[in-house]
Amino acid sequence: MTERRLVIIGGGPAGLSAALAAYEAGERDILILERDEALGGILNQCIHNGFGLHLFKEELTGPEYAERFIREVADRGIEYKLKTMVLTISHDRVVTYVNQTEGYQKIRAGAIVLACGCRERPRGAINIAGTRPAGIFTAGTAQRLVNIEGYLPGREIVILGSGDIGLIMARRMTFEGAKVKAVVELMPYSSGLNRNIVQCLQDYDIPLLFSHTVIEIKGRERVEGVVIAEVDENLRPKPETAREISCDTLLLSVGLIPENELARNAEVELSPVTGGAVVDENLMTSVPGIFAAGNVLHVHDLVDYVSEESAHAARSAVKYLQGADSKAEKEVLRTGKGVRYVVPQLLNRDENYEPITFRMRVDNVYRQVRLVLKVDGETVLAKKKQIMTPGEMESLEAASEIVRKLKAGKQIVFELEEENA
Amino acid sequence: MQDIIIIGSGVIGSAVARELAKYQAKVLVLEKESDVACGATKANSGIVHAGYDPEPGSLKAKYNVLGNRMFDELSKELEFPFKRNGALVVAFDEDSEKVLERLLARGRTNGVEDLRIISGDEARRMVPGLSQEVTKALYAPTSGIASPYEMAVAFAENAAENGVKFRMLAEVAKLERSENGIKVYLADGEELEAKIVINCAGVFADELNNQISERKFTIVPRKGQYFLLDKVYAEYTSLTLFQTPTAMGKGVLITPATHGNIIVGPNAQDIEDKRDLSSTVEGLNEVWEKAKRTIPGLNKRAVITNFSGIRAHSLGDDFIIGFSDVPGFYNVAGIESPGLTAAPAIAVDVAKEVASALKLKPKADFKPYRKAIPHFAAMSEEEKAAIIKENPLYGKIVCRCEVVPEGEIREAIRRPLAARDLDGLKRRTRVGMGRCQGGFCLPRLMEILSEELNLDYTEITKFGRNSKVVVGRVKE
Amino acid sequence: MICISCPLGCRLLVERDGDKIVVTGNLCKRGERYGIQEFTAPKRVLTSIVPVKNGKIGMVSVKTKEPIPKELVFPALEVLKKLVLEAPVKSGDVIVKNVLDTGVDIIATKSVERV
Repeated sequence: MTERRLVIIGGGPAGLSAALAAYEAGERDILILERDEALGGILNQCIHNGFGLHLFKEELTGPEYAERFIREVADRGIEYKLKTMVLTISHDRVVTYVNQTEGYQKIRAGAIVLACGCRERPRGAINIAGTRPAGIFTAGTAQRLVNIEGYLPGREIVILGSGDIGLIMARRMTFEGAKVKAVVELMPYSSGLNRNIVQCLQDYDIPLLFSHTVIEIKGRERVEGVVIAEVDENLRPKPETAREISCDTLLLSVGLIPENELARNAEVELSPVTGGAVVDENLMTSVPGIFAAGNVLHVHDLVDYVSEESAHAARSAVKYLQGADSKAEKEVLRTGKGVRYVVPQLLNRDENYEPITFRMRVDNVYRQVRLVLKVDGETVLAKKKQIMTPGEMESLEAASEIVRKLKAGKQIVFELEEENA
Repeated sequence: MQDIIIIGSGVIGSAVARELAKYQAKVLVLEKESDVACGATKANSGIVHAGYDPEPGSLKAKYNVLGNRMFDELSKELEFPFKRNGALVVAFDEDSEKVLERLLARGRTNGVEDLRIISGDEARRMVPGLSQEVTKALYAPTSGIASPYEMAVAFAENAAENGVKFRMLAEVAKLERSENGIKVYLADGEELEAKIVINCAGVFADELNNQISERKFTIVPRKGQYFLLDKVYAEYTSLTLFQTPTAMGKGVLITPATHGNIIVGPNAQDIEDKRDLSSTVEGLNEVWEKAKRTIPGLNKRAVITNFSGIRAHSLGDDFIIGFSDVPGFYNVAGIESPGLTAAPAIAVDVAKEVASALKLKPKADFKPYRKAIPHFAAMSEEEKAAIIKENPLYGKIVCRCEVVPEGEIREAIRRPLAARDLDGLKRRTRVGMGRCQGGFCLPRLMEILSEELNLDYTEITKFGRNSKVVVGRVKE
Repeated sequence: MICISCPLGCRLLVERDGDKIVVTGNLCKRGERYGIQEFTAPKRVLTSIVPVKNGKIGMVSVKTKEPIPKELVFPALEVLKKLVLEAPVKSGDVIVKNVLDTGVDIIATKSVERV
C-alpha cells in the first residue's frame, strides 16, 4: 500500500491553509484530496465580500480569498487530487478514495487532517408538515445554483432561518429580480452577522420576523405558499397566529452540521454539542494521528479563523509526524454558565506551554458580561464584552504562563459572569 | 388495438405486466405519473409479511402466504433488494398477549411456517433497545423487507425488455365498452382500445370501475405517515417490530429498510382527497409517540425526513381480483397491506386468468433475468476497482451520502423505462435519499439529466409536469 | 444604525450638529467614517455574477472595486445584465470601467480558464 505522510481531506479553506502551514513547518509529503472540480470549497460560491478582514486586513470575496491560498499551494507544488472522493478512513489511518483516473485506491497516512467542512440541515430533519413539492432548497444549494450554474430557483421567496447564508441569499435573490417576501427566524434574535442584517435585509425592506417559524408547506407540484406562525417561549408554534404567505420557493437556512461521516468510520469520538470531533489543544482527535479543523470540527462564522485553526492543526500534525505524541493524561475542559461549548475540549497534562486559542460560543444573547477562564476557582483570563450572541464565535487567547497554570490545575472552567460582579 | 391494457404501474401493475410478458400478446401499460411506482408503492414500509395477520380464507391471506414464499427466488431473478430479517409482534399486557395467541393460530391456519411466541426477555435479547414493558412477542422468522419501488422498477424493466410497452403521463379519463373489448380515453382525448383492460389504478381504481361496471365498489384513501431515520441508527433493530393490530391496520411499526435506514410508521387516517400526501404535525406526533412504546430510546435527531403514502382500502376489507360484470374489464383493486407481499402471487394468477380468456400462447424466448443497475455502494473492493476500470464514470461520486457515482446515475437514465426526473433517479439509485437529502448533489444531477435527456435546466422536474426545479436563468 | 465596517457591528448614533456630523458608539475610526458616510451619502460594494462563454465554468463572480452610491446598485446591476464575457477571465480583470461614471471599476473576482 502506498504510504503518504500527511493527507488532508478537503481542499476548501481549511484544507488549503493546513497544506500551506504544513509546508511552512517543513513537511514536503503533503496530499490534498478534494471531491469537487476545483480547490476552494464553499468559498467558490460565496461571491459576496467580508472575507479576510482579519487575516489580510482586506475585504475580499470568497473566491478571492480562496485564490490567495490556491496560488500559494500551486506555487509550492503541493500535490492535490480533484474530483476525488474519500470513501472511508480506518482507525489506523488507511484512507480509501476513488476518482476516475486512479480508480479505487487505498493509502496509509502518517497523519490525517480532517478538513471536510459541513453540510446543511435539510427540511426533513426539522419535520415541517405539508406537501413535498419542488421549490424547497437549502440556502447553500440555492446559492450554488445561482452563482455557479446561473439558474434562478424561484421568483417569490420565503426564507426560513436568519443565519448568514439565509441573509446573503435574501440579497442575492433580490439582485436577480426575485421578491423575497420575508425572512422567518425561530429565535428572538438572529444568528447572522449584523452587517448582513443591514446590507441584505434592511437595504431592501425585507421583513425579518423573529420568533416565527414555518409550520406548513403548500403546493402540490411546486411550492404555492407557506404557513408561518409565531412561537412561544418554548419555541412551540401558536396555531392562532398562523397565516399564509404565497410564494413559489422556500429557502432553508436552519443549521449547519459538521460532515463527520469519515470521522465516524475511523471511530473518532464526536461531541454531541458541536457535532465535530473531541480534540485536545493540538486539535488531535481521540484517534492518534487524526486531526480536525474548520467547519468539520465546529461551525465557524469567519473563514479567517478557519484558516488559523487549520494551520494550527497542520503544525500539530507535522510535529506528530516528527515523533511528538503526547501520551499525557488528558484534562477535560468544562463549560459553565452561558458557554455552550469550547474547542478544544481536552488539554494534555504535559510540559508543552505553547499559547492556546480557545474558541467558543455562548448559548444565548448576553449583554455586559465577562467571559472568564477559571482554574480551580481562580480567574486566570477574562474578557469584557458589551454583547455576546450565539451567532458570533468568541475566542480566548491563553498565553504561555496561563497555559502553565491550566496544565497544573485540576478544574478548568469557561463561563460567563455579570460585568458588575 | 392492444390485446391488454394495464392501467397503473405501481408494484401491482408492474408485476402483472411482467407475468403477462411471458405470453405472446400486445400489452400496453398506461401510467398517469411520470414514472412507475409513484403511488402507494413508493411510500410504504416495504415489509414482506409472514401472513399471520389476514383473515383465513380471504384473498389477502392466500396471496400473502403464496407471495412471501416467492421473494427469495424472485429477488435474485430480478435483482431487487430483499432480506428475510424476521419480525416480532410485541405485547405489553394480558389483552395484547391474547391477540398474539390469535395471530399465532391464524398464521398456522394460513400456512405460515415457524411462528412461535417468545418471552419478553428473549425478545429483548434479539432487540436490546426493546421496551422493558414488552411481556411477550410473536416471532415470525419468515417476515422480510424489500425495497418496494426498486421491486416495481425491476418488474417493469423486465416486462419492457420482454416487449411490454409503457406510457408515462398517460392518465385514463374515460372507459367505454366496445364491440371487441374496452375503449380507453386518455385525459388529452387520445383513444385506445384493448380486448382486456386490467385495472391496477390503486387509490383511483374505484373511479375507473364505477364508470363502466354495475358492480360498484368504494376505495377509501387511508393515509399513513412515516419517519425515515439515518443509517447511523441502524442498531435500533435488525428485526421488523410490530405492535398488535387494530381495526385500522397493523399499526405503527419500526423496521430496518433494505439499504440500512430505519423506517418508523405508519399511522392510519381516512382522508377525503386522494391526492393529499401532506404530512401533518398531529400525524407525525402520533407516529412518534406510538413508536416510542416499542423502543423508548428513539432519538428525534435520527430523523432525516418524513413521508406519507395513501393506502387503497376497499370497504369490503379484502382484495378485489377478477373479471367484473363488464366483459374484458378485470379488476385488481383494494390492494392495501399485504399488497407488496402479495403482488408476485397475484400477478401469476391474474396473468393466467387473462391469458386463458384470450387463449394466449406462452413466449418461447421470455427473458426472466433482469440485471439491476450496478450499485456501487454495495460492491466489494475488488468489484469497485473493476467497475471503475471498465467505466471511469463510476469513479466520480456524485451523491456523497449514499455513495452513488455518475456512471450509475447515467445508467439509470439510459435504461428501458429510464428515470426522467429527480425522483425517478432517487428511486433507482438512491441519490438524494441520504442525510443531506440532495443538498449536495442536486446541481450535478441537473447537469447529468440535462445532458442525457437533452433538456434545458428549466425543463428538469422533481416528478414531472409542473414540478420544475428552477424557474429560469439568472439575468433574464 | 449598525456599523457594517466589520463583524463587530457597533451600534452608532449619528446626529447633525449645526454643520457637523457627530458619530457616537463606534469603537474605531472606520466606524466613525462609516457613520458619516452612511448618513450623508451611503455607499455599497456590489457583488454579482456575469455569464462566461467557453469557460470551464459558466458564471464568473464580479465586484465593484470600491463602494458605489447605494442608489446606483440596481442601475449597476442593469449594466451587468447586458454583459456576456468570453473566457479566459483572470481574477482582477476590469469588466466594466468606471461604472455609471462613479470612477469605480467592476472587476472579476474569479479566474475562469478557457475550455
